[in-house]
Amino acid sequence: MFYRIPKFNYYRASTLDEALDLVSSLNDFKVLAGGTDLVIDLKVRRYTVKNVVDISRIKELDYIADDGDRVRIGALTKLQSIADSPIIREKVPVLADAVREMASWQIRNIATIGGNLCNASPAADTAPPLYVLNATLRLVSKEGEREVPIAEFFLGPRKTALRSKELLKEIVIPHEPGCGASFLKLGRRNSFTLSVVAVATLVKVVENKFADVRIALNSVAPTPVRARKAEEYLKGKEVSLDNITEAAKLVLHDISPISDVRASAEYRKDMSVVLTRDSLIKSLERIGIKV
Amino acid sequence: MKVSFKLNGEDVTVDVEPNEILLDTLRLKLGIKSVKRGCERAECGACTVLLNGSPVYSCTLLTVQIDGKEVRTLEGIQDTPEVKALVSKFVEAGAVQCGFCTPGFIVTAYAMIKKGVEPTSENIKKALEGNICRCTGYKKIIDAVTKAIESVK
Repeated sequence: MFYRIPKFNYYRASTLDEALDLVSSLNDFKVLAGGTDLVIDLKVRRYTVKNVVDISRIKELDYIADDGDRVRIGALTKLQSIADSPIIREKVPVLADAVREMASWQIRNIATIGGNLCNASPAADTAPPLYVLNATLRLVSKEGEREVPIAEFFLGPRKTALRSKELLKEIVIPHEPGCGASFLKLGRRNSFTLSVVAVATLVKVVENKFADVRIALNSVAPTPVRARKAEEYLKGKEVSLDNITEAAKLVLHDISPISDVRASAEYRKDMSVVLTRDSLIKSLERIGIKV
Repeated sequence: MKVSFKLNGEDVTVDVEPNEILLDTLRLKLGIKSVKRGCERAECGACTVLLNGSPVYSCTLLTVQIDGKEVRTLEGIQDTPEVKALVSKFVEAGAVQCGFCTPGFIVTAYAMIKKGVEPTSENIKKALEGNICRCTGYKKIIDAVTKAIESVK
C-alpha cells in the first residue's frame, strides 16, 4: 500500500436539507461529491480533514433540465451523463465537447460537474465552456439561495466564492440560439490528460461582423479566465482570418501562465494564441462560416 | 461502519473504516484478486470494477460510497459470452504480456460491449483510454477487442 488516507469522520446526506444541516453544523470538513479528486487529495495529503460529508447520494441534485430558454444541470450530475445527454449535445454542444475530453470513462462515471467546479482547479475543463456560455451558479445555504456568475465564482487555485455553509446546487446556462461555440484542449497526450491549456470560444455574427465574441481559457492563470482584450478587439469587426489572428495574440494580456510539470509558461503562452485562433475558426464553422 | 452491497451477484456485508478504499476491501477482505493495485491514484485502470454496470476505479472510491450498490469484478463476469470472447481474442492477438493490466482492460471492454457502444476503432480507443498497458503498445488490445465484438455479434 503506497497511500493511507488519514482517519476522518464520515457523514452521509441523502437529501439537500440533510447536507445543509451537516455543513452548517460541522467545522473542518470537505464535501465528497464523486470523490475522484477528493480521495486522491486525501491520499496525498493535500487536505487533511476531520470530517467528510458525502453528498453523492442526493438524487435531487442529479438532473439535466431543458427549460427552453435555459438548460439547468444539477451539481451532482455525472460527467458521463453530461457527455451523453441529448439535451446538452443539442443545446450546449461546447460543454459536451469539453466533458468528453475530461479524464477517463472510469472517472467520468463517478465525477460530477459540481465537484469539478468546486474543486476549483485552474485546469478545470468544465469552466471555459461555462464562461463563454455566461453560466450562473446557484448556491444554496440554510439562509437561502443566491446566484453567482461563473466568472465570479473562482477566486484562486482551490478557492471559490462558496461560503463554508453553502453548497452548489445547480448550473444555469442561458440558451442563445444562433451562436457558434467550440472547445479545444491541448494536453501532454491525446487522451486522459490534464490541460496544458484549453480554450472555449463563442461567436455571434451579424452581417459578416462579430456581434458578440467570448473567449475563455484554463490552466494559464490562477483561475480560468476570460480574454476580454481579444473579445473587445473583435466586436464589431469584420469576420476575417486576419482579424482573428490579430485578436488571438491579444489573449496574452489576460493570461499569466506558470511553468509546471505539464508545460513551460512560454509554451502555454504560444499555445494559448494558437488554440484561441483555431477555436474561433471552429466556432465560426459551427454557424456555417468559413474564413 | 457496516457496508452492504452486491458483489458478483451475492449480498455481502463488510465492516470498514470510512477511510478504506474499495480496492482494499475487495482484495484484502473479500479475496477478489483480479482487481489489481496499480497506481492507486486513478490513472492506470488496473483496479477497474463495474459499479451498477459502469466501469469505475476501485482505488479512488471509498468503500462507504458503494453501500447498497452493485459491484462486479472479472470474477463475476468471466463466464459470460462477452468475456469468454475477449479472453480468447486477447490470447490470439497477443494482447497479453505481463497480464497485470488485463483484468482491467477486459472489465472495461465488457462494459463497452454491454452498453452497445458502436465498435469503431475510435470508440474502442475512447472507452479504453483509462486503462494503461506498458507491454503491448495497445494495437493488439484494440485488435483483440474489435475481434471479440465481431465474434459475439
